[in-house]
Amino acid sequence: MLHLKNIYKCFAKGTSYEIEALRGINLHIPEGNFVTIIGSNGAGKSTLLNIIAGTILPDKGEITINQQDLTNKAEYYRARFIGRVFQNPLLGTAPSMTIEENLALSIKRFGRGLHLGLNNERRELFRNKLVQLELGLEHMLTKKVALLSGGQRQALTILMATMFDPKLLLLDEHTASLDPESSKKIQLITQEIVKEKKLTTIMVTHNMQEALRYGNRTIMMDRGRIILDISGKKRESVTIDYLLKQFSKLRKEEYIEDELVLA
Amino acid sequence: MTWSLLGHALEQGLVFGIMALGVYLTFQVLNFPDLSVDGTFPLGAAITAKIIFSGGHPLVAIMWAIIGGVLAGGLTAFFHTRLKFTNLLSGILTMTLLYSVNLRIMGKSNIPLLGKVTILDIVKSYFPFLSLDQLTPLLFLFIVLLVKVLLDYFLCTEVGMAVRATGDNEQMIRSLGVDTKITKIIGLCLSNGLVALSGSLFAQYSGFADVGMGIGTIVAGLASVIIGRSIFKDRGGIGWITISVIVGSIIYRATVMIALRYGYRLGFQPGDLKLISVILVVIALTFPLFRGRVKSIVASNGSNGTENK
Repeated sequence: MLHLKNIYKCFAKGTSYEIEALRGINLHIPEGNFVTIIGSNGAGKSTLLNIIAGTILPDKGEITINQQDLTNKAEYYRARFIGRVFQNPLLGTAPSMTIEENLALSIKRFGRGLHLGLNNERRELFRNKLVQLELGLEHMLTKKVALLSGGQRQALTILMATMFDPKLLLLDEHTASLDPESSKKIQLITQEIVKEKKLTTIMVTHNMQEALRYGNRTIMMDRGRIILDISGKKRESVTIDYLLKQFSKLRKEEYIEDELVLA
Repeated sequence: MTWSLLGHALEQGLVFGIMALGVYLTFQVLNFPDLSVDGTFPLGAAITAKIIFSGGHPLVAIMWAIIGGVLAGGLTAFFHTRLKFTNLLSGILTMTLLYSVNLRIMGKSNIPLLGKVTILDIVKSYFPFLSLDQLTPLLFLFIVLLVKVLLDYFLCTEVGMAVRATGDNEQMIRSLGVDTKITKIIGLCLSNGLVALSGSLFAQYSGFADVGMGIGTIVAGLASVIIGRSIFKDRGGIGWITISVIVGSIIYRATVMIALRYGYRLGFQPGDLKLISVILVVIALTFPLFRGRVKSIVASNGSNGTENK
């Protein structure tokens, strides 16, 4: 499904602020996998998602989805394959448009035409989808999204991101900026939709517990590299404590590596 | 006396209402402060005057004016999306170069259309029982409503919604598969086409085209949008918004005309027109603020301070 080959990305190259955000990422995610990604701030998690989505282009490397080379394709083109939910609930919806209009925007990923974006058939479809969220949004189709809470907006974004059955779903700490109650609810909705549609999913999270509880594979990143990739039986036996220990151990090794290079 | 003044305000308000709809499309819908309209309004007038003066049909003239406006909008979009200039600079460049283009088209700085056959004369020949004073506002009302309905429809189509979303949340609509360069091009072309149409009709209505007639178009357009929006504040549908823009345009023209007619008592001169229009924009922009304050004062007095807000 998704192949990343030797991805490099450097920000502000040649200046004193130079940051090597990704340093040789190789990743293969087969169809139907649910991968969780953890790592500290600045590990390159968000950059990796941005590279996959096409928001930023890599300096080096190759990205393919189902054997199609997407390395130099623009973000809007990749949207044919990718659904995305952002960390910031404000990013995923158009605030001055109504709920039904937002949903109508998500129904097609290309080939938009000059016929009306809304009709009764579509409204019925939206109502049926919104009922499943159990947030009462089905009664507020003509309400502006700006009036919704962060949790409601995020739930709507998930619905929009998966409306057309994407090949790949990207979740970038999509519950991090919500209160615990909404966070739980949004996570529940996410898992239900992913299961129902059997979506290949990448979820970035800060929460180690979440990273191990959801999905079937966990990747740990640190300073632009993948330092741990576990799945199957091994993952089942792993505890948060183990992850933390592994993290500090691997980090130490890398420091030594760097010191050797610098010496 | 006053009635004919208001009649003129209505006619002009309707003609400039088309321009205001164009400004609404860029400034509010697309969130793109497009200054090229100061050049596309006289462009529409210049093309129209040139064609009519050389004996062309007014409808042909209107058609070419719209095409010219669309191309000018496309140029602004090209500056912004391909050459990556900021939106303000892109508009300023187009506006400035159109001044020369307009002079080239007209060959001189002013073309009078007195005695030439305009769209008003042609329509009048189908309605001989109406006087020109009756026909003019009716025709302009028809055209502006036609534009409004078409624009409303467009903004509710899939493409139109994508244009709206581009102005509302560009990152989001890109992640939903829309090339925002294209939606910006569509919005700018459409907007400037409308502004040029407005310029074309104004030239035929007022009987001349002048290179300087575009100065302050953007302020007038903005004033109309803001006045209209502050009157119909709480209504959100597209249909209401476009109506409010047209009404705003009429109110703006009426205010300007009253200021010009009676302003001399306050010491205003005809040259102060642009100053007055800016003052109007400032008042319209701060009006909602005042209204909120007055409301809250009234509310706190009415409820004896039991509700603290």
